[in-house]
Amino acid sequence: MRDSIVRLDKAAKAFATPEGQTVTALDAIDLDVSRNEFLTLLGPSGCGKTTLLQAISGFVQLDGGRILIDGEDMTDRPPYRRPVNTVFQNYALFPHMTVGENTGYALEVAGVVKAERTKRVGDALRMVGLEGMEGRKPRQLSGGQQQRVALARAIIARPKLLLLDEPLSALDKNLRQSMQIELKTLQHELGISFIFVTHDQQEALTMSDRVAVLSGGRIQQLDTPRAIYDQPKNSFVATFVGASNLFEGEAGSGQLVTRDGLSISHGRQGATGAATALIRPEQFFIAQADDSTPSLDVDLEQIVFVGSTFELFGRTATGRRVIAEIPAMRRSLVGEIEQTRRARLAYDPAAVHLLPAEAA
Amino acid sequence: MTSIAFRRRAQLAVLLGPVSLFLAVFFLGPLAIMIVTSFLSPGLYGGVEWTWYPHNYGRILGFADPMFEDFDPIYIAIFLRSLKIAAMTVLATLLVCYPAAFCISRLSDRWKNFCLFLITLPFFTSLIVRLFVWVLILRPTGLANEVLIGTGIVSRPLDLIYTDGAIILGMVYVFIPFMFMPVYASVEKLDWTLVRASLDLGAGPIRTFLRIILPLTAPGIAGGAVIVFIPALGNFVVPAILGGAKVMMLGNLIEQQFLAARNWPFGSALAMMVMTVMLVLLFIHVVVSGRRGFDPATGH
Repeated sequence: MRDSIVRLDKAAKAFATPEGQTVTALDAIDLDVSRNEFLTLLGPSGCGKTTLLQAISGFVQLDGGRILIDGEDMTDRPPYRRPVNTVFQNYALFPHMTVGENTGYALEVAGVVKAERTKRVGDALRMVGLEGMEGRKPRQLSGGQQQRVALARAIIARPKLLLLDEPLSALDKNLRQSMQIELKTLQHELGISFIFVTHDQQEALTMSDRVAVLSGGRIQQLDTPRAIYDQPKNSFVATFVGASNLFEGEAGSGQLVTRDGLSISHGRQGATGAATALIRPEQFFIAQADDSTPSLDVDLEQIVFVGSTFELFGRTATGRRVIAEIPAMRRSLVGEIEQTRRARLAYDPAAVHLLPAEAA
Repeated sequence: MTSIAFRRRAQLAVLLGPVSLFLAVFFLGPLAIMIVTSFLSPGLYGGVEWTWYPHNYGRILGFADPMFEDFDPIYIAIFLRSLKIAAMTVLATLLVCYPAAFCISRLSDRWKNFCLFLITLPFFTSLIVRLFVWVLILRPTGLANEVLIGTGIVSRPLDLIYTDGAIILGMVYVFIPFMFMPVYASVEKLDWTLVRASLDLGAGPIRTFLRIILPLTAPGIAGGAVIVFIPALGNFVVPAILGGAKVMMLGNLIEQQFLAARNWPFGSALAMMVMTVMLVLLFIHVVVSGRRGFDPATGH
C-alpha cells in the first residue's frame, strides 16, 4: 500500500435542518489519501464534499469515526492545531493586512522571526508569480492575483496537506484553465498532498491523480480520472462525469436489449441479467447506410457547432434521446446529414461499458 | 459643462439647499454669537457688555482677571472629572455592547430584529422619567438597598445615589443604544470566513481575536466611542438627577452659568472649551480612520 497522509475511518456527520429533518452529509466515509497525491472531491452541491473538507480541516466535528493525518489522530483537535491549511473559496484574505502580512500570517503566528519570515514570504510570492507585491493591499489586486495570495498564504508554513475549497470557481474560464495547470505544477514542486473540492468535472479530470465522486454523503467511486470516465461504477458517476448515453436493459452475451427493443452490442462475453450500457457521445461516428457495424439510426433534432466538434441531438424510432459528438474536421459528412436530418450512428462494441443494474 | 452634469448640480443644490440654509441659520448663527459672547465682559446684572474681555478663558485656563479673583483650578478639575466620567461611560458601554453585539449578530433574523427593537425601546419613554426611576432604585430606602439589606449582604443602606458611580451608571444606561448601534453594525458585517482562515493558519482563539476580529470591528468601536463620548462630556441631565448637588460636571456648570449665575460670557467660554475638545477628538478619529483607508461596510 502507498504511504498514507490522511485516513478517514468511517467518518460520519449529520446535520439537522431548520425544518427538523436530518441530512446525512457524511455516511461512514472511508478514505485514504497518499503522500504527494492530488485528490479531487467531485460532486453536486449538497453531496458532502465541503463537509468532508471541513472535517479534515477541523471546522466540522464528526459524529462518528476518526481522522488520522500522517498517522496522528486529529479527530478532536481544533483547526489551529492541525498540520493542514486551506485555500478558501472566496480567498478570505485579511483586508486590513498587506499581501506580505497575509502571506506571512501562518509564520507570524508560529513565532518565526521577522528576517526569516520576510525571506519566506518573498519565496512564496515568487512561487505564485507575485514577486514584489508584498506592500499591496488585497483590494488592489485582481481576482486571479488574490487567488494566488491565498495560495501563497496557505503553503508558506509547508502543511502536510493542502485543502482547496472550490478555489477557482470565481475566476473566468481562461484564467481558471491556466490556474489549473499552475496548481498541478505547484503541487508537484511542493511535494505535498492536495485535496481539491469542485463541482466542475472538467477541472477534476484535468488536475487529479485520483477523483472521488461523491453523492448523498457517500463516495460513489474513487479512481483515476480515466477510470472514472471510461468505467464508471454506476449511472450517477456516468452522468455526472461527462455526457453519456445510457441504455438500460437485459444483457446477454455480446448484446444488450432495452425495453423499447433497441439492441446494443458490447464486447463483454458471458454478461447476463439487468444492466446498463454506456456509450459516450464521442464514441459515435457516422456510418454509411449500408455499413454493417453496430449502429443506431436516429432522426436529428439539432446539430450544434461548438468549435472542435459538432454535437448531434437525435432521437431513435422509439423516441429515445441520443447525443453524439462528431469531430469538426468531418464536416463534409455533417453537411450530408444536415440535408437528410437522419444519421446512422455507429460505435465500437469493444468500447461500450456495461454498468451493473441498480436498485432503483 | 454638459447639460446632464448641470442638471445633476441643480438637483443637488435643490436637495441640499433647505438643510444648508437651516444649518446656517440655526447652527452657525448661534455658534458665531457664542464665540463673540465668550470674548465679551459679563454685564453686572446679566447680559453682556461690548468690551473685549479674554479673562473668561483666563478664569478656566489660569489667567484670571486680577481685579476680581485669584485663579482657581476648580474649572480644570471639573473639566478633568467630566473627561474621566465620559471616558468611563465609553468603556462601560463598550464592555456591555461588544459581547452583546456578537451574541445578537448570531441570532436568526427574527430574533435579531426583536433585540434591535428592544434596544431602541427606551427612546419611547421620557429620559427624565427613566432617570427618576433610577433615583427610586438607588436612594437609601430604594430597591437596591432593600435587596442588599434584605439578603443580609449589608446591614446599613449604602450611599449609592449622588456619587460618581451613580452618574456613570445613569450615563451607561442612557448611552448604551448609541454605543450598540455602530458596534453592532461592524460586528454584523464581520466576515467569519476570515476568522476561519485565521484559525486554519494556526492562530488560536485569542490571537485570532486580537489580530483579526478586533481590527476589523475597530471602526465600529471608534464610531461608538465618539458618539458616546461627545454627548456624555456635555451631559447635564444625568449628573443633575443622579449626582445631586455633590457632583458637578461640565454640563451642569455651563447650565448654571447661563441660568443661575447669568454669566453668559463665561458660560460661552466653557462651552467653547468643550467644543474644542470634541473637535480635536473628532479630528483624530477622522485622521485615524482615514489613514486606515478601510471601509468595513464594503470590506475594501
